[in-house]
Amino acid sequence: MNTTTSAPTDHDSSPVLSRTPFATGLLRQTATGLRILLVLTVILGIGYPAAVWAVGQVVAADRANGQIVEVDGQPVGSALLGQTFDDPGLFHTRPSAAEYDGLASAASNLGPSNPDLLAAIEERRAAVAEEEGVDPTDVPADALTASGSGLDPHISPAYADLQVARVARAQGLDPSAVRELVAEHTDGRTLGFLGEEGVNVLLLNIAVLDAVQG
Amino acid sequence: MSDAVAGVLSLLALVGLLALAYRPLGDFIAGTLESPRHSRLERPLYRLAGVNPDAAQSTRSYALAVVGFSVVSLALLFLLLVLQSFLPYARGQAGMPWDMALNTAVSFVTNTNWQSYAGESTLGWTAQAAGLAVQNFVSAAVGISVAVALIRGFTRNRTDQLGNFWVDLVRVTLRVLLPIAFVGAVLLVVAGTVQSFSSDQVVDTLTGGQQTITTGPAASQEAIKELGTNGGGFYNANSAHPFENPNGFSNLLEIFLILLIPVALTRTLGTMLGNRRQGYAVLGAMTALIVTSLAITTWAEVGAHGQAAQAAGAAMEGKETRFGEWASALFATATTGTSTGAVNSAHDSFTPAGGGAVLVNMMLGEVSPGGVGAGIYGILVMAILAVFVAGLMVGRTPELLGKKIRSTEMRYVALYTLTTPALVLVGVGIAIALPSTADAMGNPGGHGFTEVVYAFTSAANNNGSAFGGITVTSTFFQLMLAGAMLLGRFVPILFVLALAGSLARQGKVPATTGTLPTHTPLFAGLLVGVILVMTGLTYFPALALGPIAEALA
Repeated sequence: MNTTTSAPTDHDSSPVLSRTPFATGLLRQTATGLRILLVLTVILGIGYPAAVWAVGQVVAADRANGQIVEVDGQPVGSALLGQTFDDPGLFHTRPSAAEYDGLASAASNLGPSNPDLLAAIEERRAAVAEEEGVDPTDVPADALTASGSGLDPHISPAYADLQVARVARAQGLDPSAVRELVAEHTDGRTLGFLGEEGVNVLLLNIAVLDAVQG
Repeated sequence: MSDAVAGVLSLLALVGLLALAYRPLGDFIAGTLESPRHSRLERPLYRLAGVNPDAAQSTRSYALAVVGFSVVSLALLFLLLVLQSFLPYARGQAGMPWDMALNTAVSFVTNTNWQSYAGESTLGWTAQAAGLAVQNFVSAAVGISVAVALIRGFTRNRTDQLGNFWVDLVRVTLRVLLPIAFVGAVLLVVAGTVQSFSSDQVVDTLTGGQQTITTGPAASQEAIKELGTNGGGFYNANSAHPFENPNGFSNLLEIFLILLIPVALTRTLGTMLGNRRQGYAVLGAMTALIVTSLAITTWAEVGAHGQAAQAAGAAMEGKETRFGEWASALFATATTGTSTGAVNSAHDSFTPAGGGAVLVNMMLGEVSPGGVGAGIYGILVMAILAVFVAGLMVGRTPELLGKKIRSTEMRYVALYTLTTPALVLVGVGIAIALPSTADAMGNPGGHGFTEVVYAFTSAANNNGSAFGGITVTSTFFQLMLAGAMLLGRFVPILFVLALAGSLARQGKVPATTGTLPTHTPLFAGLLVGVILVMTGLTYFPALALGPIAEALA
């Protein structure tokens, strides 16, 4: 019996296994990998984003560029990004873990039984109830919780409705006129059933200021 | 329309779209990978790379090619991240520190996309587009190639040749991923996802404050991030950021892209095997798991079954108004049932049962339906385990798809199934033993422990989502999680390729009356049972200390 050669009788051991040394094989494959990766980087890393950009600038330039909103020719924000509004004459956005910093999108990541979160919810409930002059149990959940991005451009129609009286009073507007502005700036579910309704606060506040001036 | 009606309609629309794409895409992938012809674009690419595309590779060469390609991917991405300040469109961002760059390079090469950095405040656009997004494509293609190699192990007989890795990689990338990603990206732009190379813009806000608006090539990255089940956000808030995911339509499109290839690959499996019902049986098992998980998460989130959700009146902490609870629960289930890890809401703030269910999706080993490719090879390994268990019950040599399951195959299967749980449990054990870990937790008590379990489960299973309250920027976490990602990706891949080679070298065993049919609902049920028992035995203690304790508190 010959013990020095490994005849490929056992179908578990491949005759190929012993041909090239491991290091040589790996080195050769790595060199090929580098060349493939460089070519693919040109196609996928430069060509692809540039092509999407080019098509985007043709078919939906405003959207591709972030839907910048202008007032009197000056950019004041993006229709997709919420801002902080403390002024009693304007609608407020949701609490934000990022304080609406465009360079620091973030959620609070507070857990479902975190005492800090429970305390924050109660604090916000009391503050909103007092500011709007409503019963604390009437404050909707989105007014009490921070969003996933910290830049949520929307509030629920319920929270907008809660703020109508205050905004109208502060601006000297008719509440029904303000309610109409809210309705105009409510984004419905896309295609009627995708996602949930929300009121775009920045666009609504611009409309409110517009109504005051006009 | 009530939220419930809209939520159910959205789910039906998703299922309908997936069903429409199932046959054409699944068969297209099978045809693409089995075709002997090279396209006119591919031939010069092979010439440039010095590859003979008609040469078949042995198991060993195939494995070496996977490893070699991943090594250069790691090196190149690491360099791009460390040296990004010298690249165009750097936005004035400094190079990443070495430990963060290493973690990030490993993360994107392993298809994990765990992120210890915040995109908008850390990265320039060249690093994002030419570094991270390129890996989003090719790491996905590596996963699909390995899955196809395993399927070839079943379909080929008395050979050591599993195909040519370079051809599989290039074809999956250029013929499957690139066209779908391009269409997806354009649709996202139309929906409102940004794709711009304009500099950051500081605006004076309506009330006299300032806000920096930063755009970038986000839509192109977003599309492949979902399609390749990668998940790394262009922005820190990932798909919760309005610039990544602006409305209900983009949200459904992203969920569709996440599930598209993992689901269609079961058709590819059936087509390549010449046994379509086998593909349906596998899809059935995957569907049973993910539908159960979706039901639990939706019940918990919509029903506000958590302390904070009860206090606020709804589980809206960490959720966007435009998505609400229904679309957030659906996204969370899809992203963890596949190994995507993109998020449109903060999983850390989910109710205990909702957050627990998405954690379990990863613990299942990412097979419901799993990452692109990884889900298929993962569930085939579990199918071998299932026929082995069935074989033990009746005392017969187990077979699967005409191949004997002998001790060689079972050795690879056992090692595969042990790798990820070992990485998770040992990693969590070491992290918890260190006093510094308590400071890294973002939440007190059992929830903080769950953050650590989630981090290692996500890393080792190559998911990439997080209970984001945990601070993972210490060198300890950067290296531990990089290790979990790297070993959790490539050790199982090497076992799968060894298994594929071992199967391919066998001859085909004809089916007899004693052969357990594996394309039946009965077998799909057995498969689900084996997966649940394996997961339960491995992770129950960790789950009991974390989400279960919190849910019962």
